[in-house]
Amino acid sequence: MRLTDYEKAMLDGAHGKAKARAMDLLVRYGEALGAERLIETNNVAGAFNASTPSVRALAARGFDAVYSELNLDSDEVVEVPRMAVNTCQLITGIDNAKWRIQGIPDDLAEQQKRGEAFFGQRGINMHATCTPYQVGNVPVKGEHCAWMESSAVVYCNSVLGARTNTEGKESAGAAALTGRIPDWGLHLDSNRRGTHLVEVGIPVDDMMDWGLLGYWLGELVQDEIPVLTGALVNPTLIKLKHFGAAASSSGGVEMYHLPGTTPEAASVEQAFGGHQIADTLRYGATERRRAYENLNCARERKIDFVMLGCPHNSIDQIWLIASLLEGRRISPNTALWVHTPRALRDTAQRNGYVRMIEDAGGVVMSDTCPAISRHLPKGVRTVATDSAKQAHYLPAITGVEAWFGSVRDCIEAALSGTWNGTL
Amino acid sequence: MQDVMPRTLVLRGRRVVGGCAEGEALVTRQTISGWGGINERDGTIIERRHELRGQSFAGRVLVFPGAKGSSGWSAYFHMTRLNGVAPAAMIFTRMTTKVALGAVVTRAPAVTDLDQDPFAVIETGDWVKVDADRGVVEVTKR
Repeated sequence: MRLTDYEKAMLDGAHGKAKARAMDLLVRYGEALGAERLIETNNVAGAFNASTPSVRALAARGFDAVYSELNLDSDEVVEVPRMAVNTCQLITGIDNAKWRIQGIPDDLAEQQKRGEAFFGQRGINMHATCTPYQVGNVPVKGEHCAWMESSAVVYCNSVLGARTNTEGKESAGAAALTGRIPDWGLHLDSNRRGTHLVEVGIPVDDMMDWGLLGYWLGELVQDEIPVLTGALVNPTLIKLKHFGAAASSSGGVEMYHLPGTTPEAASVEQAFGGHQIADTLRYGATERRRAYENLNCARERKIDFVMLGCPHNSIDQIWLIASLLEGRRISPNTALWVHTPRALRDTAQRNGYVRMIEDAGGVVMSDTCPAISRHLPKGVRTVATDSAKQAHYLPAITGVEAWFGSVRDCIEAALSGTWNGTL
Repeated sequence: MQDVMPRTLVLRGRRVVGGCAEGEALVTRQTISGWGGINERDGTIIERRHELRGQSFAGRVLVFPGAKGSSGWSAYFHMTRLNGVAPAAMIFTRMTTKVALGAVVTRAPAVTDLDQDPFAVIETGDWVKVDADRGVVEVTKR
């Protein structure tokens, strides 16, 4: 890889040990990719928190040790300086206010708070959400970013037209200290063009529809770039948030184009940019049913737990949930957790929505989700969720069975304690 | 004494992470999720509909198309190394940032861009030697 004089100086230790270790990792990573150089970034979203039991032993040696091992892949413990560029924390494993309801041990919650104090002082902004674009980190078109979180990466590239590959804990940690990331993949114009044409033959309207479409599509195209045409009804933030999250769970979609909607595709022709169409896929009622059946692995209709908000809910989603619960009580045998970024929870509180959900027996959480925390209410065997991503991952991670359906299906399940959702 | 000499094949490709290692092959044509797809404490695949579900790659040469899913891919393979259950080596066909970074932090020898289709040549149970520095993969059929 060709490095600039400044990058060489960082690698040689002229700017301190931490930046030297960061550059070492970036060079190893860049060479593994076959990248020719690094590119400057001023927008990093990573995972720096110390919220899992597996980090306990490292955290006992201090947070320099945590960052050195997990965010720099460095055998040597280096002192962590202030982040060189704008950096934020993505989702964590612990809700700082509701950790007891999650079932998190006290010492782990304390460890998380000590970690936040350490990293916060060093410039890691504690958005603590999988959706930084909902709480003020909205990169502009063409901005080079170094983001983790597959659902945020696909949103960043596709909806915002900013540029990021799917970074990991170590590369985001190195980028935050150096302002550099390999110039590879989606940072380059020619890699952002469509590869597959997707003809959607049935109306795709509500959030559930978009989740099913994404779940079907990701499995087929893996990390290729689909261009979608057809009856894609009113693609808003919440629908695209769900669509991208589903497609980057069943597969590895990091970018897509909706001609006429997303910023790099005024037309189908522009989306492909002269590249040949590798394949044309058709989505109809059969494909929709297949996605639904693949997601719904549960047999038991008695619902112990309803989880809403993966990726984290927007304020209008919180309102929808609150309005469906108004004046009603959820089943005594069912827990309802609703997840939203901390900043939006504050808004929801001021609006009175949190109170409406709590009056019905639900909990409004922030900072985390069950898949990340691996904590569900005690004894849960069967879960209902409106998130294709959560329905995909929760059974593998926690051993529960999952039902996937619409927000209304899930609220009905919380109220009755029974799953009656349908396709 | 063996009736038949083991058949040995050689593939050549590009180094992703240097070093030499050998072990029994574990082959899948399906991409693998890191976070949410593997158990980092014992190296098993946990994804519900994955063909390798329940099998462990610990100490084996993992032959797979590449990565999918969460950005926690590298972090979880990183932890398999810290927990002593990482693959001995990796051979993959589809380069992404997830798999590149994951291979780097797993510090297991890794190669890609092979001159033959590894899925046509390597089967689970074959003995595979990966000399990533030279980009050479030696396969002894079981």
